[in-house]
Amino acid sequence: MALAIAVVVALITVISVAIVVLKVWWMPLDISTHGPAIDHQMNLTLIFTGIIFILAQLGLAWFVWKYRDRGDGRKAIYSHGHGMLEATWTAMAAVLFIGLNLMGYRMWAEMYFRGAPPDALRVQVLGQQFAWYFRYPGPDGQFGPTHVEKVNDASGNFYGIDRERDPGSKDDIVTATLAVPVNRPVELVLLAKDVTHDFYVRELRIQQDMVPGMQIPVHFTATKTGRFEIACNQLCGLGHYKMRAFLEVMSEEDFQKWLQNMAAQQ
Amino acid sequence: MAELHAEAVHRHEAPKGFIWKYVFSLDHKVIGKQYYFLALLAVVVGMVLSWLIRVRMVWPSARIPGLDKLSPVGAPGGVMTPEYYLSLLTLHGTLMIFFVLTTAPQSGFGNYFLPLQIGAEDMAFPRLNMLSFWTTFVGLAVLLSTFFVTDGPPISGWTAYPPLSAVGSAAGPGEGLGQDLWVISIAIFCIGALLGALNFIATTLDLRTRGMKLMRMPLTCWAWFVTAVLGLLSFAVLFGACVLLLLDRVGGTSFFTPGGLIVSDKIIPHTGGSPLLWQHLFWFFGHPEVYIAILPGMGITSHILSCFSRKPIFGYKVMAASLMTIGFLSFTVWGHHMFVSGMSPYSGFTFSIFTMAIGVPSAIKTFNWLGTLWGGKLRFTSAMLFSIGFVSLFVTGGLSGIFLAQPAVDSYLHATYFVVGHFHMVMGVAAIFGMFAGTYFWFPKILKPLIPVHEFMTISALITGAAQFIFLFNLFWSMFKGEKASTNPWEATSLEWTVPSPPPFDNFGGKHPVVYHGAYEYGVPGAEKDYIMQDSPVKITAS
Amino acid sequence: MLMGLAAIVMLFAAFTSAMVVRRGVSSDWVSTPLPRILYLNTLILLASSLTLELSRRSLRAGRGDRFSGGLYATLGLGLAFVAGQLTAWRELATRGVYLASNPSSSFFYLLTATHGVHLLGGMAALFYLVFSAGRIVLEPKTLAVVEVTAIYWHFMDGLWIYLLLLLMTRL
Ligand code: HEA
Ligand code: HEA
Ligand code: CUA
Ligand SMILES: [Cu+2]
Repeated sequence: MALAIAVVVALITVISVAIVVLKVWWMPLDISTHGPAIDHQMNLTLIFTGIIFILAQLGLAWFVWKYRDRGDGRKAIYSHGHGMLEATWTAMAAVLFIGLNLMGYRMWAEMYFRGAPPDALRVQVLGQQFAWYFRYPGPDGQFGPTHVEKVNDASGNFYGIDRERDPGSKDDIVTATLAVPVNRPVELVLLAKDVTHDFYVRELRIQQDMVPGMQIPVHFTATKTGRFEIACNQLCGLGHYKMRAFLEVMSEEDFQKWLQNMAAQQ
Repeated sequence: MAELHAEAVHRHEAPKGFIWKYVFSLDHKVIGKQYYFLALLAVVVGMVLSWLIRVRMVWPSARIPGLDKLSPVGAPGGVMTPEYYLSLLTLHGTLMIFFVLTTAPQSGFGNYFLPLQIGAEDMAFPRLNMLSFWTTFVGLAVLLSTFFVTDGPPISGWTAYPPLSAVGSAAGPGEGLGQDLWVISIAIFCIGALLGALNFIATTLDLRTRGMKLMRMPLTCWAWFVTAVLGLLSFAVLFGACVLLLLDRVGGTSFFTPGGLIVSDKIIPHTGGSPLLWQHLFWFFGHPEVYIAILPGMGITSHILSCFSRKPIFGYKVMAASLMTIGFLSFTVWGHHMFVSGMSPYSGFTFSIFTMAIGVPSAIKTFNWLGTLWGGKLRFTSAMLFSIGFVSLFVTGGLSGIFLAQPAVDSYLHATYFVVGHFHMVMGVAAIFGMFAGTYFWFPKILKPLIPVHEFMTISALITGAAQFIFLFNLFWSMFKGEKASTNPWEATSLEWTVPSPPPFDNFGGKHPVVYHGAYEYGVPGAEKDYIMQDSPVKITAS
Repeated sequence: MLMGLAAIVMLFAAFTSAMVVRRGVSSDWVSTPLPRILYLNTLILLASSLTLELSRRSLRAGRGDRFSGGLYATLGLGLAFVAGQLTAWRELATRGVYLASNPSSSFFYLLTATHGVHLLGGMAALFYLVFSAGRIVLEPKTLAVVEVTAIYWHFMDGLWIYLLLLLMTRL
């Protein structure tokens, strides 16, 4: 029995480590300037916890095997513990955990304490059951106000903007795809119309809830062009699983062309 | 309060008649069993739901015969709709967390064995005890009744975030009557849990027998005690949150529901509420809750590892202290569920520090378990196997929590299957292993027979959940057919092993045991046997 | 007992923090002027604590006759308090202020109702004592019930003072 448990525990350990080391499942591509730091922190955590994992599991397996009752009359060691030992591993654990925390803190500060640079492209993101709409300010750089009673999905006024009366809204562009230029800072302002949704682009390493009644900013700079999925990652009702849109990262020229094209369609 | 339990102490006569003996019993042992079987019922339903979830995920168009009878809307022709998946998911999580892991490890085993282990004749307030069980039972009945509502159980998950859970049936199927019933069920559950917690605390503080100092209590009792304190403080808050949510739903208030919402093209007549307020209240409860789920398992594991290593527990004082530290810290970390919720990023940092700090007492526990095995003389009973499994699983699941505890990393992992994996490892398997361990350890005391050691069953339980049916079969089979166990089959030291199996109605036959030692005097050098019972007046010279 | 009070404290702490947060985030908060009668109710409740305390003292001193008199007084004052609270509700209702009118009125009704429900629990205990007062003998068990009821009742009293201050300053 002892052997069986020891082997099972050891096997589980080896297989899990192999899965990680062989990168059977690994992180998706990263296309953001802040992403590599997150991936680095994640790898660091993986290494530290991995070592503890291996030591703890193999230690368990080894003890189970070594100290089994062999029926040879050996008595168990009579010990109520060991103060020094306990203090040592308490201190080790504390140092490790707090250390990891402080390292991760810098990145968090980078992403959230510091706002977007002033020249960033500003886009509003609206989540609703079960679709996404993106609003660009147009040439005037202004978002006009929104009016709840103007909201009308059938006529395509998802935001409830009033182009006639609000000058700021006149040239606003509302789209169903989020296009951004590559290598330029972008600030998104996240809004929700009905229930809480969540903006998640794995390749951007960005995830942020969109809460009704709040305007939550996030910012990033994309470093690679391409088409990436925007998934809603907060349970928001029956169509939650199919609430998605796409992020298109383009060259600056392509982006301007796209924007003009969209403006023409409003 | 100390005086109020006079009633418990002077009641020596067993009740007569089936109803008073088994249904409205005041006997802590019967109530413990009632809780246990309630959890068993809930876990079987919860397990079946998890199968349906998996089936729907892998074979979306599979026909489940009979499911259309249960819910013609949710599964027309037996094929689950996407929203029915969410209904099942909600009930799966709710059942497992509230009705399985909050009942069996604490109220089930605790009710049965706390009085026995501290040398009391019953819990402090037997009537309250009965009331808390039946309150919990009503909560379960209300929850299960959502299956029979036309548009099914709620679809908002076990965390029921508003506005989805607050704006009524406009938000989707299940958000009408189903969600009302869910909120009511949880509020009722809170009341039952609060009453139970009161009883546990009072019993531990007031009813210990002579010589049973706090620092001589088995670690199981410490775990139940700390869990009860957590329950007392956190369920009160959840109860309050449920009242507010219900008022938003049916009273027209706007605690959690902001203004200007448009759901399904309808303007919702609420103003100015805060969805994040619910999340704060919920997780202020929710994080202590996950420790409510695991602490009793930790207590049981400590108890069993020591017994079957034939060695004192490694660092008893630190083990008790770390239970309390985990309990205390658990009230300071709730924001780690909300890193990406839109709350202030500055608080995210603070919550992260406290969360990491919880890793320290957890590390102490892990190492002291290994320390207990070290140099032992291990006996591989089924209970021991599950306890070893518990340690292995807790380490794995706990370490995955270290990723989530860092806000920047969590902003990547939040709400993914990484989190699902994290908590199934700690709760879905580790805590459940704790329950299995307790079952195998105490079964010979609760009912007559010893569960036959089916190694096959044990191994397969390690591998698959479906094998649980063998466990169930085994449980019921041995309940009715097995042989009588002796008083102390494991050669264990705590007081429950000094009374016959099953224990008589008044536990200690009207006498009050006297306690001379801690609960973990195994392998004492120079002693006659390799264990010294807590009520044995033998002097221990070695130390 | 103390533990039970801890749970009640947590419940009201949750409501208090909800109130502070809710007021902080919203632009729709309209203060609800408190009905005057609340101050009278407060005096009544304070008086009831006093009578209960007198009653408890006389029980300790072995004066069973005064004991039940004090209980009746407490119960009467308690009922008067509840009636007074209902009057306060009525007054708000006639002003057109209901549960859902405004977040501040929501909290007013919520807090007074929750306090009221808990107070009713104390009244039930008083009823039990009054009911059995005739048969009261000075044995530890009844003494304990009286003590516990008294602690609970004073606690409800203190809780109400806290709530009143909260409502006065933050509504
Ligand atoms: C205790 C908690 C617990 C347990 C045991 C389980 C067990 C299982 N869970 Fe569960 N799960 C949750 C808690 C739990 N889950 C929660 C909280 C959620 C989140 C819900 C939400 O988001 O709202 C979730 C969500 C969840 C999802 C995510 C779905 C999604 O997000 O879309 C999935 C998907 O596969 C899943 C599957 C399973 C499976 C296959 C099992 C299998 O392991 C089941 C096998 C059965 C057993 C292991 C039981 C054995 C025990 C006994 C037979 C009883 C012994 C009894 C006594 C000793 C009294 N669960
Ligand atoms: C029994 C239940 C249980 C337990 C014990 C834990 C334990 C922990 N949990 Fe978990 N958690 C859940 C149940 C549980 N959790 C559930 C149900 C959810 C999801 C809820 C939902 O959204 O539906 C969740 C979600 C969750 C999140 C939010 C994720 C998200 O939604 O984005 C976080 C983030 O910090 C987290 C962290 C932790 C940490 C740090 C621990 C720590 O306590 C772990 C400590 C243990 C160890 C660290 C391992 C042992 C230590 C060692 C081996 C020593 C190491 C030695 C040295 C360093 C020398 N958990
Ligand atoms: Cu929107 Cu999920
Ligand atoms: Cu948590």
